[in-house]
Amino acid sequence: MTEPLIDIRNMEISFADGYVKAVRGVSFQLGREKLGIVGESGSGKSTVGRAIMRLLPSSSRTTADRMTFHDIDLLRADEKQMMDIRGRRIGLILQDPKYSLNPVMRVGEQIAETYRLHYPQAGRKAAEKKVLEMLEAVRIRDPQRVARLYPHEVSGGMGQRIMIAMMLIAEPEVLIADEPTSALDVTVRLDVLALLDELIARRNLGLIFISHDLNLIRKFCDRVLIMYAGRIVEVLKASDLDSARHPYTQGLLASLPSIENPPSRLPTLTRDPSWLTQPTIGI
Amino acid sequence: MIEVENLTVRFGPRSPLVVKGVGFSVPRGTAFGLVGESGCGKSTVLRAISGLNRNCGGRISLDGQPLEPSRSRSFFRSVQMVFQDPYGSLHPRKTVRSQLIEPLRNQNLPINAHVVEDVLKAVGLDPGLGYRFPHQLSGGQRQRVAIARALILDPPVLLLDEPTSALDVSVQAEILNLLADLQKERGLTYLLVSHDMAVIAHLCSRVAIMSAGEIVEETGIDQIRSGAVEHPYSRRLLSASHAYGKQEQRSIEELISF
Repeated sequence: MTEPLIDIRNMEISFADGYVKAVRGVSFQLGREKLGIVGESGSGKSTVGRAIMRLLPSSSRTTADRMTFHDIDLLRADEKQMMDIRGRRIGLILQDPKYSLNPVMRVGEQIAETYRLHYPQAGRKAAEKKVLEMLEAVRIRDPQRVARLYPHEVSGGMGQRIMIAMMLIAEPEVLIADEPTSALDVTVRLDVLALLDELIARRNLGLIFISHDLNLIRKFCDRVLIMYAGRIVEVLKASDLDSARHPYTQGLLASLPSIENPPSRLPTLTRDPSWLTQPTIGI
Repeated sequence: MIEVENLTVRFGPRSPLVVKGVGFSVPRGTAFGLVGESGCGKSTVLRAISGLNRNCGGRISLDGQPLEPSRSRSFFRSVQMVFQDPYGSLHPRKTVRSQLIEPLRNQNLPINAHVVEDVLKAVGLDPGLGYRFPHQLSGGQRQRVAIARALILDPPVLLLDEPTSALDVSVQAEILNLLADLQKERGLTYLLVSHDMAVIAHLCSRVAIMSAGEIVEETGIDQIRSGAVEHPYSRRLLSASHAYGKQEQRSIEELISF
């Protein structure tokens, strides 16, 4: 791999004075690729995403042998440096646009706010023009009209496109998408994914795609990290997911119901305590 | 068992119809699925049947008996509902045991310890969990408690509103197995609402596909499996669900064409 964008080695995150260990010994590198992180709720996948942005509450403790973005040490960067990174160089897309957009501000103004925050020299007119371009880039048909709407007036799929527009307007190099399509219907989900895929390819970004949905990750990502109880238990190419070797990954895949040939009983997971200590498979 | 004819629902005297004349019938001992995107009115149909929304027109009958707009107490001995989010549907400050007893008390039935134990065992929970509060249980355990509460009156019909969408896939598999087992053991009639075609296909024998308050197509599960659906909307929904599944190896670019 060429120079990685993000390099994390042996990251540990704990809450409540170290009593709760949410992430234990996680290491990975992100290049200009689409990296998926899959796991059940509580496996620590979102915590990893937030730790990179340094958005965890102050009651948490993050340690790592190395945690860098380019050559910036994310553990030691001060708040001013982090403000420059958040949004401007690493963008974060959250699950539900209903909760992540400001309900009392027109969507166009919200996108413009992001732009002017990161490019203070840009004037109002320039920001407005940029917003309309960006809304067009996320394939919103009538950007002039949509920019004047409030978040409650747009549908879920459109809300998520607006979130994507807002994140990409500052032209970050890395995008962290935390369950970006889980709140959307299947038909809309594919549109949003296709759009995200195209924008990432065109801008040559690095993407961390956090999801509990294996089928989605399989379709969308180049490489997958499987997390269980705060650890990465397996790393593999998304296209090789079917030949996964870890019993947890195999179990997750088998427990998906299928439309064409449903088994009479779905296999369920039997969790093995040794998964907590075994080394990661597939590095 | 359940017959719905020309059901209409609106959320206010002058507001537009959200369910526009829906009709279907569910024979005793079978599972019927209602599938569609959010906002298509599938949960509204379920709430109208359970009596949670009285602003509805048309006919709903249970076992051949037309139902009055206001449901009698005995209705709830035959029909119980399981909701999507067990965290929202269980009382946070009551123990599992006291929530399970509540339906019995409402129906003036004798309360004894073994009824609660039996129902907890039936849903695969340790009877000792009866003394816990909902927040001391995992998501899957909570959904099992919600199912136990629906089962404690031994109703022949269960209305299931997205019973697994708040759960992880691994836990979803356990709950789907449980629902399939219970149906087999007790000969239950299910009306299952879900946005997930695969969940419906796993449990149901017949499916109605809803869009914008109407049933666009009702079909058997074999047609769903083989992809032989007729209405353009059903085809779109099915191919979007497929595109996403294991068998198809199409790339994202090809999916844009939907």
